[in-house]
Amino acid sequence: MEDVAFRAPASPGQSRGEARTGGEAALRGKIAIWWFLASEIMLFGGLITSFVLARLGGAAGTHEPLNVTVAAVNTFVLLTSSYTMVEAFAAAEHGNRPGMRFFLAVTVLAGLGFLGLKVYEYSGEIAHGFTPGRGGFWSFYYTMTGLHALHVLIGVVVNSALLVMAGAAIRRPYRVELAGLYWHFVDIVWIFLFPLLYLT
Amino acid sequence: MTPALATAAAPPHQAAGFWRTYVVSTDHKTIAKQYLTLGLVMALIGGYLAYVMRWQLAYPDTSVPGFGFVGPETYNTLVTMHGTIMVFFVAMPILLGTFGNFLIPLMIGARDMAFPKLNALSFWLLATGSLVLVVSFFVPGGAAAAGWTGYPPLSARAEYTGVEWGLNLWLLAHAIEFAAFLLGGVNFLTTAITMRAHGLTPGRLPLMIWQLLTASVLFLLSVGPLIAGAIMLLMDRIAGTGFFLPDRGGEPLLWQHLFWFFGHPEVYVVLLPPLGAVLEVLSVFSRKPIFGYRLIIGGTLAAGALSFIVWAHHMFVSGMDPRLAMPFSITTILISVPFALIMFAMIATLWRGSIRFETPMLWALGFVAMFITGGLTGIFNGSAPADIYIANTYFVVAHFHYTLFAAVFFGGFAGLYFWYPKMFGRMLGDRLGPLHFWLTLVFFNLTFFPMHWLGLAGMVRRIADPTQYEMLVPYQYLNVFVTVSSLGLIVAQGIFLLNFFLSLVRGRMAPANPWQAATLEWTTSSPPPHGNWGPALPEVERGAYDYSFPGAAQDWLPQRRLAVPAIAGGQE
Repeated sequence: MEDVAFRAPASPGQSRGEARTGGEAALRGKIAIWWFLASEIMLFGGLITSFVLARLGGAAGTHEPLNVTVAAVNTFVLLTSSYTMVEAFAAAEHGNRPGMRFFLAVTVLAGLGFLGLKVYEYSGEIAHGFTPGRGGFWSFYYTMTGLHALHVLIGVVVNSALLVMAGAAIRRPYRVELAGLYWHFVDIVWIFLFPLLYLT
Repeated sequence: MTPALATAAAPPHQAAGFWRTYVVSTDHKTIAKQYLTLGLVMALIGGYLAYVMRWQLAYPDTSVPGFGFVGPETYNTLVTMHGTIMVFFVAMPILLGTFGNFLIPLMIGARDMAFPKLNALSFWLLATGSLVLVVSFFVPGGAAAAGWTGYPPLSARAEYTGVEWGLNLWLLAHAIEFAAFLLGGVNFLTTAITMRAHGLTPGRLPLMIWQLLTASVLFLLSVGPLIAGAIMLLMDRIAGTGFFLPDRGGEPLLWQHLFWFFGHPEVYVVLLPPLGAVLEVLSVFSRKPIFGYRLIIGGTLAAGALSFIVWAHHMFVSGMDPRLAMPFSITTILISVPFALIMFAMIATLWRGSIRFETPMLWALGFVAMFITGGLTGIFNGSAPADIYIANTYFVVAHFHYTLFAAVFFGGFAGLYFWYPKMFGRMLGDRLGPLHFWLTLVFFNLTFFPMHWLGLAGMVRRIADPTQYEMLVPYQYLNVFVTVSSLGLIVAQGIFLLNFFLSLVRGRMAPANPWQAATLEWTTSSPPPHGNWGPALPEVERGAYDYSFPGAAQDWLPQRRLAVPAIAGGQE
């Protein structure tokens, strides 16, 4: 019912009013997602700044028992998934449906792999008694990586939805691009978290 | 006329059922009214809590009519929930939700928001959050009682306040509310950036739009750290982490930094939309172009930017590093400069105008007077040496009611009385309007001005029984006076509700442009049809404030390009 009034015929002023073309819808989507990501940057920025200040103040303690090798592999997995996401968008733009499906599937699998390795890490740490209640560093560690893992999970769900509804994604390839913007952001957050939590 | 055009012109509401028209509608005008309804309902709850608090302060430990016995624990809940409800579930839904949703598409010449379904989702998220908050009153242990600022350690352990689930639900309600306004803000910005009418350059946008957009940006960029803080607080409560608890190696002050990093921009999120409404009203009812259009935009943006570096003025007595007090005092006093510019621009707009004292104009003038009063006490609070003496007293309570309450009430009512005809298609009764205004103005001052004296006399915030403090006993008559005045203030709002509902059914039918205003929304019918503009979108050929234009036949020139040029001899 709400679409009836929006199908009025074109007039000179119409071009900016209604997103009838893919280009306009893509532009709107991009502007929206960038504002959303700006807000996300402030969310993780708040957490990261709190952690850095606590660390500098000596309140956060050490990170010794963390498994750097697993986390390094995980970093590689997540970075690779950003590459496959770009390939998925490129395939979608060229109308290459099998290619898009393949690269989306790899991206989803990489996301799931990242989460699996994260669960493996968590269980090892908890088994050794490093629970969230263990003190300053562990409070931050679980909260920051947990919130990041939640973002990875949301990205996996979004990418899976694109994979399942591949026909719609081919018709509107900008949707793959928008999902990609979010996915790269999640990736970049990890690039900050990994050295801050594991290496310094 | 093609068949498509005929359908476009017909009112589609008649075809849709009640459910699609009023409940899950994606029409921005309906969603605006949903926000208004929600905000007014929550205002009744928040106002009721204020009444119970005031009764307790005037007649401590007597049974409050309509509530019962209060006591200190319940009083903490009242303080907490009154603040939370009024700021997040009344001021934001009405000022940002209602005005933003109703005005952004109409003032920029669009048919709806950029993402109509997302818009409906935002509202229903907020409604869910409100429900969670209301439900929290009825869980075992009652609602949150750690202050609307939720300072830890008090808020971080259930045993400190005796509230377990109430406070968790309080945090959940905030999370949902933030998600709702985050999505709403993204929608506002995308709409205004991509869907403006042809010819509507940023330099021709109504100031209301500038204010709403600045408020949206402030909210988007400031809320992240508080969401981070809220997650940390929830983790402290349910997962045993130690962010804010000293005995677990945490730092309670960290919460205050995260809270006020959001909290100070938030007061401008609440202030800027009514400020915009007042600017529109002042220009229309002075029949003059707004004074200093660019200056006001610059001042708004400067104030918005500065609002991110003033937050620690809320923390002068918190125990933070005292060396921080001076820089934050300086930035705080600096932020009064752009606001002073805007207030002077408002007054200069009045200068030698043909002022029409219609009801919206009364509220706008009331806003100017009251907001200046509140702004002046802000200078005392903002400078650390004075603030250390008055921090956490009723002086501060008086200050933020003069600023926030003045913004929400005087600015909000200026906007509501101004746009009511456009929203509902009928005029608000113009006899009850001025009565509502004058009673509110008088009782507002009688309620909040004496709080300055109470604060200077040493009455601190959030105490349930002032008579327990010997030094405050001589001032108890002031507390009684404030309470009686606040009853008058609450009763006066009944006039508005009466007027609101009477006018809905009995009001005079509103013409398209009852106030002879120039902006786009007044060129469509009242209320606008679904899709707002009929078959062709409007085009814009001038700024928003061309009143008393020399050589024009009438004393205002609409922004919209007309079939017949408004001035003989061409445009501009």
